[in-house]
Amino acid sequence: MQRAISAVTRRLVILIPYGWLLFFFLIPFLIVLRISMSTSAVAMPPYTPVFDWSEGWARIRSALSELSFDNYVWLAGDPLYLNAYLSSLWIALVSTALTLLIAYPMAYGMAKAPTTLRPTLVMLVILPFWTSFLIRVYAWIGILKPEGLFNQFLLSMGVIREPLIILNTNWAIYIGIVYCYLPFMVLPLYSALEKMDHSLTEAALDLGCTPIQAFWRVTFPLSLPGVIAGCLLVFIPAVGEFVIPDLLGGSETLMIGRTLWNEFNGNRDWPVSSAVAVVLLLLLVVPIMLFQTAQARAERAEREGR
Amino acid sequence: MGRWSRFNVASIAIGFAFLYLPIVLLVVYSFNESRLVTVWTGFSTKWYGTLLTNQALLDAAWVTLRVGVLSASAATVLGTLAALSLSRYSEFRGRTLFSGMIYAPLVMPEVITGLSMLLLFVAVGLDRGFWTVTLAHTTFTMCFVAVVVQSRLQSFDRSIEEAAMDLGATPVATFFQVTLPVILPAVLSGWVLAFTLSLDDLVIASFASGPGATTLPMRIYSQVRLGVTPEINAICTILIGIVACGVLIAALVTRRRELQRQRDERAAFAEGMSRAINPPPAAAGG
Amino acid sequence: MKSLGIFRRSFAPWADPNAKPFISFRNVTKRFGDFTAVDNLSLDIYTREFFALLGGSGCGKSTLLRMLAGFEQPTSGEIMLDGQSLSGIPPYRRPVNMMFQSYALFPHMSVEKNIAFGLKQDGMPKTEIAERVAQMLKLVKLEAFAARKPHQLSGGQRQRVALARSLAKRPKVLLLDEPLGALDKKLREETQFELMDLQYELGLTFVVVTHDQEEAMTMSDRIAVMSHGRVIQVATPAEIYEAPNSRFVAEFIGDVNMIEGKVALEDGRSILRTAEGISVALPETLAEGQSVALAVRPEKLKVSRQQPEGAGVHAMRGEIWDIAYFGDMTVFHVKLPSGKIVKASSLNATRGVEDPFGYDEQIWVSFEPQAGIVLKG
Repeated sequence: MQRAISAVTRRLVILIPYGWLLFFFLIPFLIVLRISMSTSAVAMPPYTPVFDWSEGWARIRSALSELSFDNYVWLAGDPLYLNAYLSSLWIALVSTALTLLIAYPMAYGMAKAPTTLRPTLVMLVILPFWTSFLIRVYAWIGILKPEGLFNQFLLSMGVIREPLIILNTNWAIYIGIVYCYLPFMVLPLYSALEKMDHSLTEAALDLGCTPIQAFWRVTFPLSLPGVIAGCLLVFIPAVGEFVIPDLLGGSETLMIGRTLWNEFNGNRDWPVSSAVAVVLLLLLVVPIMLFQTAQARAERAEREGR
Repeated sequence: MGRWSRFNVASIAIGFAFLYLPIVLLVVYSFNESRLVTVWTGFSTKWYGTLLTNQALLDAAWVTLRVGVLSASAATVLGTLAALSLSRYSEFRGRTLFSGMIYAPLVMPEVITGLSMLLLFVAVGLDRGFWTVTLAHTTFTMCFVAVVVQSRLQSFDRSIEEAAMDLGATPVATFFQVTLPVILPAVLSGWVLAFTLSLDDLVIASFASGPGATTLPMRIYSQVRLGVTPEINAICTILIGIVACGVLIAALVTRRRELQRQRDERAAFAEGMSRAINPPPAAAGG
Repeated sequence: MKSLGIFRRSFAPWADPNAKPFISFRNVTKRFGDFTAVDNLSLDIYTREFFALLGGSGCGKSTLLRMLAGFEQPTSGEIMLDGQSLSGIPPYRRPVNMMFQSYALFPHMSVEKNIAFGLKQDGMPKTEIAERVAQMLKLVKLEAFAARKPHQLSGGQRQRVALARSLAKRPKVLLLDEPLGALDKKLREETQFELMDLQYELGLTFVVVTHDQEEAMTMSDRIAVMSHGRVIQVATPAEIYEAPNSRFVAEFIGDVNMIEGKVALEDGRSILRTAEGISVALPETLAEGQSVALAVRPEKLKVSRQQPEGAGVHAMRGEIWDIAYFGDMTVFHVKLPSGKIVKASSLNATRGVEDPFGYDEQIWVSFEPQAGIVLKG
């Protein structure tokens, strides 16, 4: 009897969140997939349903044969989308590299900071994350504008004679992404570097490495899990980023998140925007799987560690 | 310990300057008298005054607050259950899919999550508005709660649950009397995280929302698109102020508790040491 | 069993064929996947016994304890408590309580609340709970610490709280999982005696799991030596030490010299002949040529310059190879002509020794006829 109750509780504990995620996370994706294979219509909702839920299997089978890949063919044929995908990947790649470049010395410095100071430094890295994403992006508009604070500063210092055009270029997007995602890079790097045994570096020095050699041969390779986790945490959301390119990028900057948004809200072409989303997801499957395995490995290591 | 070199200090300083300067400038210029945001003409709080008369903005703030509290609370319950099932039941059918669905939303581009949510609501015939935003926010924030709570459960000493059952507590009693109180700090910080994410979200809310349920980020976004204005700086400053106060209080409380704990442990250790060196007669017998 | 005086004890229900066991494991097997943690094990434990399960890590001793507490279910077999089967009874319905290795104190509750926890679960009236808690605090001498949280206590105090908490419900059996493992050596020795006194005063049955043989020897009435999920020997500490039933037990408990030999026939009787030229009469008839070992504890080996005399004394030539001085005693490592090294310990009963043994000195090692134990296989 008791056993039965605990089995029921166990089942409920699993089933409630599982069911929720199935219904609100997985099924929506299947719907996106389905709609991406139907044709658009001027109606509400603006697509012709591929099949009705109510008409049973026979109807579904005949509907399956009606599924069309027209939207995908159209996507492949339109250079606009192709360019948007490629430039999203490129922008995300450059931004990730820049973020790593800034974050690594920072995380390294934090890991070497006096132990009493470290929690404060970590909190200071996390703190901006708590303020609104939108606000943080918005703050850069005022700085990067041609008559903005950055240009005013440079002009008054006499470094430049004419204001630099940064806002509405890819550079503004890079700055925005680096700025917004910096904590996501610093924290995994810091936790990888912080738990590293300092005597390893000392051993390398003792065995004849210069400090720089010791860094590249010992410290850096050991921090690689943190580097990978950080890069994925920046790269994946950056590819589909909408707010940053929309507010900081120029009108000619193509990023897929923004293209999808415009397709959906502007053109009201739901099947095409679904197809755009499906392809974006396919592009991200590999990095997301990498992230999952990294997470699973960390989880396992944590569990076996105790 | 390694030395904290000048290079280390410099890279931290530059990093933090980069992180904080834009926010500081934004706050400073919210007190600018001029309508031209980037030209400083004098100190004024008049933009804060105009906010109070902006009914649309106040409505949006109220919607956001309600969505945030509701979705964060639901997400905390669901996320805690998810964390429990992931860390307690190492083997059940579909566990891989389950943990995949927990981790995927953390990195999923918001446009995809938003679009798929919207299509779900349309497919089941739910009118978009307050409740659909709440459902959407619950779904994506519960994954963050799950991750936070799970990392606490990872370091949880299971033997205290066994001890409770050994002393006669049923599994349900054990959960409420022992497990929950111990993981409560993580559950609460999960709630705060979910609440903040909900307050913060623009993209998913834009997809999932309908007429009459405009959230604050949506309202701010539509104004930002028209250009930088001191009013927006003022709203942003207020939001930053609220968050900063919350985080500061939380940090001070945990820090004080931590310091107290450390002091207690040191005292207990010293006591133990002196006892070991100098055993009291009662303990030395036998 | 040889009737030596040291084996005779006043409390020995296991020797009484009419005594009913209080706890009994009947053909209990526990498997985790492919791994067999407990292998078809049967064992009886009697009321008021202080019983130790001793073995290395992974020998199944903790699994056995956890099955008794109800955290694990046997794959097959049955566990009986006071004549009733425990199968299917969840941990929170069993009249046994456990003291955990990590103490498992509830970090969010004071000492008082920790001790009261089990009583509250039983719905005991508040005044009675307060009374019992006070009684328990007095028992473990922690009256002054009632309001403290676990993290405000030292290791020894935490151990006492854990003990008080597990005793508060007056369980029929107290299970102790490495109860002293987390304490430093000095504290451990004191606490051993406190536990013994407590068990005797309260008249409880204690089942303790330990990997520390000294702890098991000091505290328990009987020890079950376990290995690979099986009980190798169950006996009193003295029997385990002086009459181990196998090489495993002889080597696991204390130090031992294994002098290997083969069975030979002499006048129609089996004798053991070793490479060192020692012959020992065997109590039973064994096949000729079978390998047998003679186990001799180091303290039973005597080192001397003159060849020892006396009826039946076994003596071997040797060379002092190493000397380890421990203060209370000295252990000589003696190399025999066969190349084997044996250990002989001698008590330093007096201060200073005239003309002590030196390295490389040629000496005799000898032992009494009764000192060796013949072990097969």
